[in-house]
Amino acid sequence: MPQTPPQSLLSRYGVAAGDLERYLAAALSAGGDYADLYFEYLTTTSISVDESLVKSATEGISAGCGVRVVAGERTGYAYTDDLAPERMLHAARTAALIASGPAKTPAVNLKQQLERNLYPVPLPSVEAEVTAKLDLVMRADAAARAYDPRIKEVRVGYGDELKQVLVVGSDGSYAEDWQPLTRLSVFVIARAGENSSRGTSGGGGRVGLEYFDRGKPPEFFAREAARQALIQLEARDAPAGEMEVVLGPGWPGILLHEAIGHGLEADFNRKGTSAFSGLLGKRVASEKCTVVDNGTMPARRGSLNVSDEGSPTQNTVLIEKGILKGYLSDKLSARLMGLPDTGNGRRESYEHFPMPRMTNTYMLAGQDSPEDILRSVKYGVYAVNFGGGQVDITNGKFVFSASEAYLIEDGKVTAPLKNATLIGNGPDVLTRVSMVGNDLKLDEGVGTCAKDGQSVPVGVGIPTLKVNGITVGGTGKI
Amino acid sequence: MKPQAFPLAPAASSGFAALDFTEMDLKEIAGDVVARAAAGGASAAEAVAREDSEFATVVRLGEVESLKESGSRAIGVRVFFGQRTASTYSSDLSPQGLQQMVEAALALARVTSDDPFAGLPQPGEYGAVDGDLDLYYEDVYSLSTAGRIDYARRAENASMAVDPRIRNSEGGSFEAAAGTKVLATSTGFLGEYRRSHCSVSAVPVAQDERGAMQRDYWYSVARSLSRLESPEHVGQVAAQRTLRRLGARKVKTARVPVVFDPQTARALLAEICDAVNGDMIYRGASFLAGKLGEQIAGGNVTIIDDGAMPGGFGSSPFDGEGAPSRRTLVIEHGRLQSYLLNSYTARKLGLKTTGNASRGLAGNPGITCGNFFLQPGESAAGQIIAGISEGLYLTEFLGFGVNLVTGDFSRGAGGLWIRNGELAFPVEEITVAGNLKDMLRNISEIGNDLEFRGAVASPTLRIDGMTVAGE
Repeated sequence: MPQTPPQSLLSRYGVAAGDLERYLAAALSAGGDYADLYFEYLTTTSISVDESLVKSATEGISAGCGVRVVAGERTGYAYTDDLAPERMLHAARTAALIASGPAKTPAVNLKQQLERNLYPVPLPSVEAEVTAKLDLVMRADAAARAYDPRIKEVRVGYGDELKQVLVVGSDGSYAEDWQPLTRLSVFVIARAGENSSRGTSGGGGRVGLEYFDRGKPPEFFAREAARQALIQLEARDAPAGEMEVVLGPGWPGILLHEAIGHGLEADFNRKGTSAFSGLLGKRVASEKCTVVDNGTMPARRGSLNVSDEGSPTQNTVLIEKGILKGYLSDKLSARLMGLPDTGNGRRESYEHFPMPRMTNTYMLAGQDSPEDILRSVKYGVYAVNFGGGQVDITNGKFVFSASEAYLIEDGKVTAPLKNATLIGNGPDVLTRVSMVGNDLKLDEGVGTCAKDGQSVPVGVGIPTLKVNGITVGGTGKI
Repeated sequence: MKPQAFPLAPAASSGFAALDFTEMDLKEIAGDVVARAAAGGASAAEAVAREDSEFATVVRLGEVESLKESGSRAIGVRVFFGQRTASTYSSDLSPQGLQQMVEAALALARVTSDDPFAGLPQPGEYGAVDGDLDLYYEDVYSLSTAGRIDYARRAENASMAVDPRIRNSEGGSFEAAAGTKVLATSTGFLGEYRRSHCSVSAVPVAQDERGAMQRDYWYSVARSLSRLESPEHVGQVAAQRTLRRLGARKVKTARVPVVFDPQTARALLAEICDAVNGDMIYRGASFLAGKLGEQIAGGNVTIIDDGAMPGGFGSSPFDGEGAPSRRTLVIEHGRLQSYLLNSYTARKLGLKTTGNASRGLAGNPGITCGNFFLQPGESAAGQIIAGISEGLYLTEFLGFGVNLVTGDFSRGAGGLWIRNGELAFPVEEITVAGNLKDMLRNISEIGNDLEFRGAVASPTLRIDGMTVAGE
């Protein structure tokens, strides 16, 4: 909890304890196994700079409550942006249509169970002076332009939010949380003669503006974006076909998010539609691979004090020395599968019901040195930065697109390569990880995951690692 | 990740037990916000108000898995102090909420930069398409809840009845949504329109003898329930698409002709739409920047944007700034004739708006296509395939991998291998790569099968010179 807690959601909306009971009782008026109320009050800021001008500044407020009723495998859901009692009861009764049985009585508990604060921000960014934010974006703009005369276009984006949530469950769960999120991103275009290229960088987390003083300043991201763009000016066609690939540490961890992360979400496994269904206890990766999903990391973009269902988040071991140990579950999956609730039930907003989602997904550091890993490759690709990725969890095919990559020839990093997409097969790509570096890094705080129309902030990470064979989608050298 | 079957964001609707927004209506609220902004000293202001409702159900293995229904309202305001602008949005439509929202925008506009190109459209640029654009039908909500669930169940049942190798499913779904959008400006524009849509889909999962699984989907979307394809048809097509993936294998890396089915061809059109987006053009962030008037594709390529097509999924009477929607020839017989612009980018480029402004609740207007499509050619899709001895019939993209600055294109893919003019076997875990500049010039054949399943559409097409990467 913050040092001086901001106004509680209940007092802001004049919702009394008795009201909470009434709403949950209405939700369970046709029975069901569980019901919850998810109150949300979200304030946001976004600023964008283009051509060195602050062309746009936006602030907003969005608030509402979602009512969920779960009966067996069924979920009923309704939401309202008006918290007046008639609207709340209407939403509760709408959600209750999923069930058909005698009414049940909710056990309402108004005591915060979880005492933990992973993001004790001195001042949430949304409450900081806008001039401080303008300073950050203008510094980034100046630093990118000053980096090199070939940097021609610079666009800087700043965004922050404070999401105040209150989850009240019919099982007595009660959790209130204040979730800050701050992010700065820089996009540049470089030009030399007929060639143009782009570079992008960004970072942040569940932090306040002090992050840019104590952590990485705006200049860092600006120079990083500029550096990338200049390298891409020299890039040549990437090779095409299956070959050895070395991934750099940090954001290339998107490999894990796509290759195994979604496939290990419990809802897909309960339904038997994931390529990882039924593989618990089996080998899905080389012995060098231990992969976790950890929602308890301080200040990380992907972290949460509590899940969006009010359960404690955890550090869940997904793969241990190559063996599949666990799925990511939420309350519904846990109950239906007889598994523990790993606290991964998340939702984008009060307009959505939760489902299993990742938090911070990364591989533990290994023993190999990054230099040895590169030296071991006769011909391959070294990819250090990526755009996005995607996965088909049923056949296991996944992709991620390299935004900065180099050829490796005889153990040396040589020519920069044009953007190429890498494609592989989730259940076996990690069995081809032959070397794992000692340099684990997490990404800088820019990840957003979309599933079923819901976006949530996430983190990823890996140490440098070598994959013996993965398809590189270039155009050259057949 | 589950495929997004529906191209439209949920809009607003009246629910099964209509939520009764009896307070001031949206036009009054939007007008009130503009008046408050002017009273607060803004030199110009613009308000967007939205009212949306949605219904969605998923039925899995014959049982209702989820049921969701709701409505919401929200408003945003954009204010100007001369050439400085800022915006705010809120879901609090009470007088105090609106006042706070306006005051926050006025305060924020004091710290943004003077931009000589900022501003609302000129008075003469406002307008709306005459007549009914056929965008709203009450019947999307005419079914009872049980009836809607039944649609979803029928789609799934049909998808699972086709073949014993389909014994699992991610479910059949039915969705309905409708909404109202209002735009009010201090220059005297006040416009409102409603739109609706409904959709049904099925996502079957097939398994072969070795236990390997494949999943695909099919859907129908329409603005009126009466125009929706039957759930049975949707389920059957979903099943065929899923079954044809069984036994998929990788192939050797090769440079071969690629035939894009209408789904993947549409994805290509969407990239072209982004490449002619005025925001990308004036920044030089598109490979088509500075190419107006040039021959950028073969003479067989004509691409049109039409925001005024009756019933179109990308249609609206006026764009996000209040300029009337219209038909624009973007590429004509291979020559780049127009970008897609809003008033800001038009000013930047010394051109006129094309009525393609997009507008969320707040922020500066962006640009979006209306109904964006490639004009069909003469050949049947079957003929195009029959003309290829070794090649790829592309039916799916995975991931992103398009660099609009350079035109570089590299995306995960799946489809069917073409051998001696026939679809021979399914292919997966491959990529297709090239550069959009070359791809546009190498569209060697265009099919006659143009069909709109969303705002962007394309017939089947064949492109030569791309690299298929596999083993």
